[in-house]
Amino acid sequence: MAISSINNKSALSLENVSVSFPIYHGGSRSLKKSLLFRGSGGQLASDASHRIVVQALRNVSLEFQTGDRVALIGTNGAGKTTLLRAMAGIYEPVTGVVRSLGRISPMFDISLGIDGDMSGYDNIRLRGLILGLSANEIEDRMRDIVEFTELGDYLDIPVRTYSSGMMTRLTFAVATCFAPEIVLMDEWIVAGDAAFLAKAQQRIETFVKKAGILVLASHSSAICREWCNKAVWMERGEVKLHGDIESVLDSYNNAREITA
Amino acid sequence: MAERLRTAPRGYKKRSFHVSNRLPSRQRGSHAICRIIRHMTTILDDEPHKSLRYLVTRGGTSFALAAAFSDIRNGLALWPLWLRLGWNDILQRYRRSMLGPFWLTASMAIMVISLGVLYAELFNTPIQDFLPYLCVGLLVWNLISSFLLEGGALFTGVESYIKQIRLPYSVYVFRSGWSKLIIFAHNFVIYFGILLYFGIWPGAVALLAIPGLLLVLLNGAAATLFIGMVSARFRDVPQLINSVVQIVFFVTPIMWRPELLRSRTFIADFNPFYHLLEIVRAPLLGSLPSAKSYIAVLLITSVNVVVVGAFFARFRSRISYWV
Repeated sequence: MAISSINNKSALSLENVSVSFPIYHGGSRSLKKSLLFRGSGGQLASDASHRIVVQALRNVSLEFQTGDRVALIGTNGAGKTTLLRAMAGIYEPVTGVVRSLGRISPMFDISLGIDGDMSGYDNIRLRGLILGLSANEIEDRMRDIVEFTELGDYLDIPVRTYSSGMMTRLTFAVATCFAPEIVLMDEWIVAGDAAFLAKAQQRIETFVKKAGILVLASHSSAICREWCNKAVWMERGEVKLHGDIESVLDSYNNAREITA
Repeated sequence: MAERLRTAPRGYKKRSFHVSNRLPSRQRGSHAICRIIRHMTTILDDEPHKSLRYLVTRGGTSFALAAAFSDIRNGLALWPLWLRLGWNDILQRYRRSMLGPFWLTASMAIMVISLGVLYAELFNTPIQDFLPYLCVGLLVWNLISSFLLEGGALFTGVESYIKQIRLPYSVYVFRSGWSKLIIFAHNFVIYFGILLYFGIWPGAVALLAIPGLLLVLLNGAAATLFIGMVSARFRDVPQLINSVVQIVFFVTPIMWRPELLRSRTFIADFNPFYHLLEIVRAPLLGSLPSAKSYIAVLLITSVNVVVVGAFFARFRSRISYWV
């Protein structure tokens, strides 16, 4: 159970994790409402504390070890993205504990931190820093990234002049340039034009294979089957079923057919 | 059972596992709401575990001091990131303009000169006394007020970062502090211009402005962190601060000298901004700041750091929910 016993291996565990979002609509976000509520002895309680709480995750307990390829399945709003963010440490749980061992690479928005006015090279450096690489690590990988993007001299000009395909090549190359122990993905990243697609596919394959743990939220059964050996079925913020990929996918698809 | 569940996270020690709070799912569900209210914070632990990164986030109500410290420590370690981000902020604003960030210097110089000439006339004071005083006062005030005014967008402005990747929150604070320091350095050119024009030489005492500036930066960073967090939760705080800052500007001796107060010196004495200004302004004008100002600043700094530190420790984990 204890993570310290798994030396130099990646691990990810969630213990009774609950995450809930208070919905701050106009009124309750204002200081005035909050102060009035305090001052008036609760008279305006219905106004200021009319807070709707969305329970995005309820008592989720999961444990993954090196080699686990986990598919997160469930309908929209089942809590898949929130669960990934809780795993990444972005949302710290309201109750419960999330433990992780290993460098986490959240691949939610691979264009994060792209500055249109900077050159391709500068964007690669910035993005690398955001991912937690040191300046040296980035320079070491620079050749590989440049080669992969096939952008050549374009890397010297501001990225706002890039076409969307070129932009994808750049962000994709940087996002996959180092091998993290834990990869969290919200939908499988499929990038770029047809010619680039095969290359990208190959790169993401090696990227994922190098990772100790992969957690992938996807709506595609085919992609889940291809990449994962385990599955977690989320429903209304709870783990409905988890286990072997085939059995979970089968019951998930059956359940959907019945309701459909 | 519920009682036990509520207190359990408080008893947690680092890296110890308490499996005891696992309850049957029905019981857990029935107390969900109480738990949301009581367990608003989490304790977190970013520690390098051999070569691998070890990260623990958990629910709890205590002041997560260790987590707050590790946030700041990890944030400092990411200096290449915030130095670059802060520098980019400046570049972004003045990209493709000829003067670049020196537009700041130019507009500041125009303001200093026009106000200086006008007010020296109005107050009937010799311009060679008044203009340097006004110039240094405005430079430092500009730095202090930018911490207050831009604090509101500290976290709400980087929502895309906060929601996509876990970075220490202090990174955003250091980034904003660094970019404000760059702006201050650009504006500071005016000071040298004025020294040359009026042929003033402040002497070695001017070096005291450096520790003074560091204290201003420390207080500014703490204030901006506090404002950033409160503004993320309450969206009308930035507006409130805008109007307060304007009043403070007129109440603080920047455009006028504290001597004009005569018997009403309390207006300056009880103004924390006056003392913060004074420990930078006085040395740059060649005089020693009063002991009163130093004591006041040390007092302000310690209160500021303790209060903001406690606030940060308590509500740090809520920032990603608020933005």
